[in-house]
Amino acid sequence: MSRLGTLGARLHRGEVGYDFVGKRKIWYGVSLLITVAAILGLTVKGLNMGIEFQGGAVFTTPKTSVSASQAEEKAEEAAGHDAIVQELGTGGLRIMISGVDTAKSDEIKAELAKDLGVKSDDINADLVGPSWGEQIANKAWTGLGIFMVLVVIYLAMAFEWRMAVAALVALIHDITITVGIYALVGFEVTPGTVIGLLTILGYSLYDTVVVFDSLKESSKDITKQTRWTYSEIANRSINATLVRSINTTVVALLPVAGLLFIGGGVLGAGMLNDISLSLFVGLAAGAYSSIFIATPLVAELKEREPQMKALKKRVLAKRAAAAQGEAAEATAPGGAPEPRDAEPEDTAHAVVGPRTQPVSRGRGRGRPSGKRR
Amino acid sequence: MRVDSRAGRLERKNEKVAAPKKGRRTSAQSRPGRSLVLILIAIVALTGGMFLSGHTTPRLGIDLAGGTSITLKAKSEPGQENAVNQTNMNTAVGIIERRVNGLGVSEAEVQTQGNDNIIVNIPRGTNEKQAREQVGTTAQLYFRPVIATEVSAGEATASPSPSASGSASPSADKDKATSSDSSATPSSSATPSASATSQGRAVTDALKADSTASPSASASPSGSASAAASASPAATGTPDPSSDLQQQYAALDCTDPEQRAKAGDGVKPSESTVACGTNSQGQWQKYILGPAEVEGTDVDDASAVFDTQSAAGWKVTMEFTDAGAKKFADITGKLAQNQSPQNQFAIVLDGEVVSDPYVSQALTGGSAEISGSFNQESAESLANVLSYGALPLSFEEQSVTTVTAALGGEQLQAGLIAGAIGLALVIIYLVVYYRGLSLIAIFSLLVSAALTYTIMALLGPTIGFALNLPAVCGAIVAIGITADSFIVYFERIRDEIREGRTLRPAVERAWPRARRTILVSDFVSFLAAAVLFIVTVGKVQGFAFTLGLTTLLDVVVVFLFTKPLMTILARSKFFSSGHSWSGLDPKRLGAKPPLRRTRRVSAPVEPKEA
Repeated sequence: MSRLGTLGARLHRGEVGYDFVGKRKIWYGVSLLITVAAILGLTVKGLNMGIEFQGGAVFTTPKTSVSASQAEEKAEEAAGHDAIVQELGTGGLRIMISGVDTAKSDEIKAELAKDLGVKSDDINADLVGPSWGEQIANKAWTGLGIFMVLVVIYLAMAFEWRMAVAALVALIHDITITVGIYALVGFEVTPGTVIGLLTILGYSLYDTVVVFDSLKESSKDITKQTRWTYSEIANRSINATLVRSINTTVVALLPVAGLLFIGGGVLGAGMLNDISLSLFVGLAAGAYSSIFIATPLVAELKEREPQMKALKKRVLAKRAAAAQGEAAEATAPGGAPEPRDAEPEDTAHAVVGPRTQPVSRGRGRGRPSGKRR
Repeated sequence: MRVDSRAGRLERKNEKVAAPKKGRRTSAQSRPGRSLVLILIAIVALTGGMFLSGHTTPRLGIDLAGGTSITLKAKSEPGQENAVNQTNMNTAVGIIERRVNGLGVSEAEVQTQGNDNIIVNIPRGTNEKQAREQVGTTAQLYFRPVIATEVSAGEATASPSPSASGSASPSADKDKATSSDSSATPSSSATPSASATSQGRAVTDALKADSTASPSASASPSGSASAAASASPAATGTPDPSSDLQQQYAALDCTDPEQRAKAGDGVKPSESTVACGTNSQGQWQKYILGPAEVEGTDVDDASAVFDTQSAAGWKVTMEFTDAGAKKFADITGKLAQNQSPQNQFAIVLDGEVVSDPYVSQALTGGSAEISGSFNQESAESLANVLSYGALPLSFEEQSVTTVTAALGGEQLQAGLIAGAIGLALVIIYLVVYYRGLSLIAIFSLLVSAALTYTIMALLGPTIGFALNLPAVCGAIVAIGITADSFIVYFERIRDEIREGRTLRPAVERAWPRARRTILVSDFVSFLAAAVLFIVTVGKVQGFAFTLGLTTLLDVVVVFLFTKPLMTILARSKFFSSGHSWSGLDPKRLGAKPPLRRTRRVSAPVEPKEA
């Protein structure tokens, strides 16, 4: 813990850190690979929609001695699809199986009759429509559309449009990966899955916003200094909130992992699997994309701004000068001490305020950002 | 002690620095005890309410607890054999879904079965009787002018209208009474006057006028009744009710359920018709009604209201759409010029007259109400049914049966066990990483859990909120989001300590920054919840409700519990001295001692990073 705590302190001061922004190309590549695989999985295997979405067949049996869970196994065997079994007040069973047409339903009916030990004629077979009908789906899409527009507007106002764009990219990234992996695993899509996806949508944005908030704060007075470029500030800000990101992700993932691996895996609970898989993948992707995708993307967009380009030039020029002046004491960007510590060794390369002015004035002839001060 | 006084001085200094710049109020920080008491009272009140209401567990959805399954069969009506088709069935499913699951939180499921059946599954614990009423009602609502009306007695079938005049006098009285709530005391003149003092609403005003007139009206009962029968066509200028209709009217015996059910069957809204209804004495009343002037589709919204002023009991008020309000003003304006009973309009629901108020002037308020012998349940059912519109088909109940949980108890049990293990891991992680601070996190999580649980339990009986398995999983994920708020705050505090501050100023300085992060990110979650709740229906709406609730609770807990508790604990020696188990030990956090000495130097720079 003490080592962890010190690591936190060093991360906070920027003494150690991982160059998330600099190595972004690698992580873009990784993400692209996963996304492509997810889309491939989605197009090749497709989603296996549950009875709630596509309807199916319902079989009502007379009173039988077979238990609901046994009947479920039998029904799934007979149909090759997930089955929902409920006991009725009459003592009979209601068995619902998705993706079944009339011809197939007769087959299943015969098989069920054999398995359950009742007469085939006594089983009443009928087709059922989806309970999650088109109306619900359409309204859900409309709602999502409106939300996306509003959230982009909100983020553009609270932060800036670049962050809104990056957050949206990260969101799409997370959802695509989750849906793709869901298709690859081949679990049936139930309303639980959709609820899980919506939860992820919320979480992904939430996590990105927390990271952006710290980025916004640390880049507030960026043009007043000449020590760091925007990318470096962004990188420092990710590293400074890294402890928080890891802790939050662990805390959010632990219970879901419990559901997925213990609840679903060991205890063998069916629907829990559906939900916790989408949650697990989505939460992990959400935490990953905030750090590896969203923030580097903002940095990249931001560096295209003339103001930031000018800043970068100034910073590089100053570093070159510092290296010339006192080659021995030249500091690498990652290992530089805290700007606000104002420690003796720091005074050599001015931190903030008036001390930077002579330097930038001396070098910054005709630079736009120089005028704006 | 020395430590304490110094911390206090530093705190004041920091407040001075922070306050002018950001204009932040520090009052919340100075009275941490008050908000703690507030939230404790809230928890106690909610828990007490939960036990008082007798619903100590949240209602579970049909997947976890089972429930009742109602099978409805569409009736094909004569002349409209093609009406039972896919489109109409789907529309009916949509409307029934909204009726039983208006807020999306009751977890009821509606789907078609075969060609002409609809299955409605309602979780256990729902008011089954009410639900059955709601799903079965077609809710075709029409406002029709009354052309003639009288009490329908058994003998009326045999005798033509003139002979009915004898019984007409009670009828005239009762008409008025129907809408004026005096169901218990029919002949008492006190009741009408009681209602007279009451409502400001236009319709009831009209009723009031009639009620007061009624005592004198008894003098001319036969006259008005016969006039109604014979003179009506000419007087109203409505299309002549064919002699056919007159005959139907004469022959109609509303006391006979079979005849009642058939009355007005298959009549188009644009045609005149005969209909039955009960008056306030519980007697059957029969009517000849003109073409429908306002329809159910003109009703924008309906709600059940308890009329406290006139002791009228429950009634249903309807708000019209703009077009509906105009139509309603037109018809009431026309009717107001007529003589009784042609100044009445009948509110016809599914072929039965539920109310027949008098009109004395055009009603332009854009609203109307149905009063009568409602109780709370029936008024709410009717309002609900009217709000979501009429079914395109009429249905009859085919079977009602209980069903067991689709997922069975073992799924919920597995989920809970897994969730508990997960939670235990979270607590272990927090304790190992945050040590003493984890106490605050765990208490906050407990408070959050207590609030969520009691509110969900209380929402069961009030708005029909039911938890299904996905919602249980969502609640588990919510743990992560709630814990994140604490983690953001703790990390801020630790960052402040790393910069060399002592605990108390660190706690206060970290708060505004953590608060902003928490608010901004929770706002995004809440935005998602609000938009989805307003726009969507069904389970998505239910999800949005849960998300919004947990997000709000997160903010409440962090503001009213975590922060005040942190402030109070920061005063304790254990935390402020940076005990190695407090999770705030400056040495372990890697704070650099020299920084403390240079605080003065760093102070002017502070605003830059704040």
